[in-house]
Amino acid sequence: MTVRRATAEPRWVRLLLTGVALGFLFLFLVLPLIAVFWEAFAHGAQAYWEALKDSEAQSAMLLTLTIAAVVLPFNIAFGVAAAWAIAKFEFRGKSLLTTLIDLPFAVSPVVAGLIFIILFGAQGFFGSWLAANDIKIIFALPGMVLATLFVTFPFVARELIPLMQAQGRDEEEAAISLGASGWQMFWRVTVPNIKWGLMYGVILANARAMGEFGAVSVVSGHIRGETNTLPLHVEILYNEYNQIGAFAAATVLAFLGLVTLVAKTVVEWRMRKETEMLTADLPPEKTELPQTVATERP
Amino acid sequence: MFPAPAKRDGVLPGFRLGLGYTLTYLTLLVLIPLGGMILMTGKLTWGGFWEIATTERALASYRVTFGASLFAAIVNAVFGLIVAWVLVRYPFPGKRFVDALVDLPFALPTAVAGITLATLYAENGWVGQFLAKLGIKVAFTPLGIVVALIFVTLPFVVRTLQPVIEDIEAEVEEAAASLGATRWQTFVRVLLPGIFPAWLTGFTLAFSRAIGEFGSVIFIAGNMPLISEITPLLIISKLEQYDLIGATALAVVMLVISFVMLLLINLLQWWAANRHAKGDDAEPAEALAPGALVEARP
Repeated sequence: MTVRRATAEPRWVRLLLTGVALGFLFLFLVLPLIAVFWEAFAHGAQAYWEALKDSEAQSAMLLTLTIAAVVLPFNIAFGVAAAWAIAKFEFRGKSLLTTLIDLPFAVSPVVAGLIFIILFGAQGFFGSWLAANDIKIIFALPGMVLATLFVTFPFVARELIPLMQAQGRDEEEAAISLGASGWQMFWRVTVPNIKWGLMYGVILANARAMGEFGAVSVVSGHIRGETNTLPLHVEILYNEYNQIGAFAAATVLAFLGLVTLVAKTVVEWRMRKETEMLTADLPPEKTELPQTVATERP
Repeated sequence: MFPAPAKRDGVLPGFRLGLGYTLTYLTLLVLIPLGGMILMTGKLTWGGFWEIATTERALASYRVTFGASLFAAIVNAVFGLIVAWVLVRYPFPGKRFVDALVDLPFALPTAVAGITLATLYAENGWVGQFLAKLGIKVAFTPLGIVVALIFVTLPFVVRTLQPVIEDIEAEVEEAAASLGATRWQTFVRVLLPGIFPAWLTGFTLAFSRAIGEFGSVIFIAGNMPLISEITPLLIISKLEQYDLIGATALAVVMLVISFVMLLLINLLQWWAANRHAKGDDAEPAEALAPGALVEARP
């Protein structure tokens, strides 16, 4: 008989709990993930490739990539600016500002789309003016970009704020007092310090930008080959009972999701390493670590 | 409202630029659009607003939305606690992989989750066929909505509990054990009160996300008015009938609910942080309180 520590559960409890946890995760996470690929290849690889080579699928992918490419620079600029002001300076109304930055997370995606219809739609505040000047925002790319900007608004900022707060002002102040200009300090001190946190926020924002459904669906108008993003393309095919086509497009998105998970895990690991190095009082940086993905070991 | 920073922060540049950019971007992208929505309801009298917000169909949609969200959040609270506990405390092969997988719902586009779960839980699906034999119908019923919401909100409870369980000091459990408590008594009387605020925060985050969710739900819900129609879908169907005012009225109801949830989450985190701070006079609550909605926290 083995001796059990007084602060550990009996073996059967541990096995039971582990079984329940893994069973739950298998049922709700692993099984759907398998099912996406299974359904897509249900009629063989040939049908799968045909579905992906479809011109509407191609233009949907292109549109999804375009939106992400337009949205991410805005997210980065805003995230860095907001985190700089909030983390490095004291001012009144700071916690109100932080709460307002979180606001888009609390708003339903459908409402996020609707607010831009209210502003720019045909019956909206600027609708007639836009129509008179022949500017299309709703049911066109600008509206979809705006809706995506709204739903991805907090991601980068809320990764960077706690990180830059923890890092404090010392290094930047040293750079300035040694005669660096503002931008020199920013590029040589701040950016290297926040690069992994920034990367983390960008990964999350990108996943949301490429996968967003509700908000984009409201403003897109679902014009085939023109304003259909990949998630909307999935919906249309699914509603037409085109299982293969819908799931083939879905595998592309699922693959992006998996890449996101891997990238996120790698960045988390890098961030943990760097904090450990800082707390261990080793010279930060320069103790170059192997960059490969495969080395994720404790 | 946002005066210049105190003198002692004066060394670092970029406060005006950072804050100015942040406030401009926030105002243009978030505050003006949300304000526009409130302004739009100004076209209604209070009575008219109330009439739209309390039609039989609207009330039924609130019941479905809130009921399913509550159900899903409770399921995730129970299983999330078990998953978090197992991931922190018990060693098992593939643990890192399982841990990374928990974030899948944040990375997988909701439309993909929606069509996959609808296929899995349909009467001839992998899971649905077994449930059908028991006489349980999931897809195209309110129960389907619950399944979709469990998937979408799965990471919240796990991710808020994990760091808190990691931080439990071994001495606490040892003391309880040496004073003669059984393992169950230690858990219920000593550990549970400690992790309760985080647990409640995770639950509220999951609930608040579930209320607004759209993409994953519509594929599996069946969307029958009065039975399985969620409020975001009702907003969209009003929009498709060119009833912008009606859609806006319902959206305002949802927005108010989001505000209340956001406030509640902030209060909960403030409470949790304060409790924590009192215990070991760690960092003041301010440092932890502002960040409200934890999206994919490591």
